[in-house]
Amino acid sequence: MVTSNAGPGAIAPGPAGTGDVPLLQLRGLSKSFGPVQALTDVNLDVPAGQVTALVGDNGAGKSTLIKCIAGIWQPTSGQLLWNGRPVAIHSPREANQLGIAAVYQDLALCDNLDIVQNMMLGREKVKFGLLDEVSMELTAKQTLQDLAVTTVRSIRQPVGSLSGGQRQSVAVAKAVMSDAQLVIMDEPTAALGVSQTEQVLNLITRLASRGHAVLVISHNLVDVFQAADRLAVLYLGRMVGVGPASDYDRQSVVDLMTTGASTRVGSSNGGAEPAVPGGFSSGSEGFNYGNV
Amino acid sequence: MATSDGGPPDEVVGSVAVAGGSQPEEPPAEVVVASAPELLAGSLREYTSVWFRRVRSGESGALPVIIGLIAIVIYFQVSQSTFLSASNISDLMGQAGWIIALAMAQTFVLLLGEIDLSVGFNAAVGATITFWMLAVAHPFPVWLAIIAGLAVTSAIAAIEGLVIVWLKIPSFVVTLAGYLALSGLLLWLYEETGSVGLGGVISDSGFKSSIVNDIVSGSLSRVASWIVLVVIVALAAVFSIMRDQRRRGHGLVAPPLSVTILKIAVMALVGVVLVFVLNLPGSSGVPWVVLVILVLVGVMSVLLSRTKFGRYTYAVGGNAEAARRAGVSLSRIRVTAFALCGFMGGIAGILYASELGSISNNFQGGEYVLYSVAGAVIGGVSLFGGRGKMFGAVLGGFVVAVIYNGVDLLGLGAAGQYIWTAAVLLAAVTLDALARRGSTSTN
Repeated sequence: MVTSNAGPGAIAPGPAGTGDVPLLQLRGLSKSFGPVQALTDVNLDVPAGQVTALVGDNGAGKSTLIKCIAGIWQPTSGQLLWNGRPVAIHSPREANQLGIAAVYQDLALCDNLDIVQNMMLGREKVKFGLLDEVSMELTAKQTLQDLAVTTVRSIRQPVGSLSGGQRQSVAVAKAVMSDAQLVIMDEPTAALGVSQTEQVLNLITRLASRGHAVLVISHNLVDVFQAADRLAVLYLGRMVGVGPASDYDRQSVVDLMTTGASTRVGSSNGGAEPAVPGGFSSGSEGFNYGNV
Repeated sequence: MATSDGGPPDEVVGSVAVAGGSQPEEPPAEVVVASAPELLAGSLREYTSVWFRRVRSGESGALPVIIGLIAIVIYFQVSQSTFLSASNISDLMGQAGWIIALAMAQTFVLLLGEIDLSVGFNAAVGATITFWMLAVAHPFPVWLAIIAGLAVTSAIAAIEGLVIVWLKIPSFVVTLAGYLALSGLLLWLYEETGSVGLGGVISDSGFKSSIVNDIVSGSLSRVASWIVLVVIVALAAVFSIMRDQRRRGHGLVAPPLSVTILKIAVMALVGVVLVFVLNLPGSSGVPWVVLVILVLVGVMSVLLSRTKFGRYTYAVGGNAEAARRAGVSLSRIRVTAFALCGFMGGIAGILYASELGSISNNFQGGEYVLYSVAGAVIGGVSLFGGRGKMFGAVLGGFVVAVIYNGVDLLGLGAAGQYIWTAAVLLAAVTLDALARRGSTSTN
């Protein structure tokens, strides 16, 4: 890394990210709704090939943050850097075009359509004015195979007949199919049983190992520690902890989520955190300009 | 292929199973499958087992309608032996034509979870315009009169759709207003037609061309009807077998050849019986309206199941928010669906007027719109959107037509007709609700 002043390695992205610009960087992001300050000066790196878990108590600003990334809301101030370049995302469509796909809790699937129809919705293949079912089915099948989603009996069964984990898998496959580089998932394991949670967590790690950047919101710390490479803790709109998941244990994350500070976090984190954002940001920007 | 539950290998269509068996490992079924068996099973045995599972889980498809239809036909035949006579079946075809067209019209909007209460009077307005253009002293060409009628009904329904989309008012309210406005427009039209529509009736007796009248009253010649039947069956066979072959060629599951052949055979059998009966003495042959409906069903089915518009229609009806996020323009789909509803309504109006030989301001637009909803729902089109097929609406419309005809034959009059239709409609909706409950409980 170029950043001489990054100080302690707490913020430095994990192995895959080193020597590379993180796919997505948030710099001093703030968002207010009238008098309500939902996000304050948030800095976050989301590197490719890793699972970044975004945790925080209710109202911490997790959803606001991902909505700012997914183009649903625009940040009041601050910068988004995509592959090191500053970008402004004005709509979900623009986010999609950049390569950002969001899978929300409601999954946005049509229960009455089958898996192929859902995955290809909005990007149907047409031949002589008619839908080319064979080609669409092959595409969908390939994507599911790449993600090793094998628990569905037939990809021609309606999504309404699938289990929760399978639905989540279909929603993710649909998101990935649009050549998404960053996949954002909002509480993907909420309301899932044990084996289905396992299934979805496997899918998440598989996405990362295929080179996607994955940003996951979760309440479930067991899941977080199982799947995440990096952790980001929000507390009342402020980022109070970012770093490799291995730097944290469950108690320290709970402390950060509920009080905004933790004495249990290794000295590298607890002490360094406040100092880091500014320094890293300027260093990173310097790097970017050099790069562009 | 290998997923059948450990029984002996199926011998019926072994070769087909092998042909389709090139796809990679299919893990064993984990969930109850409620899908079209065509796309899940590679062999006849598997096909039937998937089919039974599907019926049990509530996705019974066309089966209840067909069983219900057979039951109703048997009842009418037992009560009145002339019911299945050649001449009555010929009458039935004429009545079924416009009722089926109405059910098809309503299907487009029901699939979106909307409803068009004005389609009945819209049909009458269209037919009035067509008949007016043909009855004036210097009549317009028939094709122009028909196109004008259909254009008006399509435009009226499209405007209703636009109001629904722009003002975000439920279609129930907008088309209820349309119902009143169009019944008013109908009365006004007859005031304006002067001597043409004297007494509120425009009859086709003065038409220079008999084409409109012949749609229902005219028939194909005996030879022509057999040729048409052979051509339709052959086309259906070639297309479905070619499609299956293409799927297998790409390593996808296709219905077993035996099932396809069985379906074609059933279709051919129904066709042969129909053509034979309609050519018996007492009937003058296969009326043109049968061909008109067949063509429309073919076109509209392709539109719904094989085009982007059709796919988006189901998507919007299933989950409008998901469709919107996928980039589907909800307004465009809604307005188009209403326009198509108006178009089919216009066809229904012309078929109705052709059957009756006239169109009048005494049109029962309120009653007929209920037939259209009843027909579609009996045929398995869900009132809640997203579920149902055009072919189902045809079957459902036919059931309504059979009741319409049979009750009339029994001399029960309007009272019996209403009560019978109500009973069948209630049965169909109950079945729909039970099926819905069944399919959710299997999740």
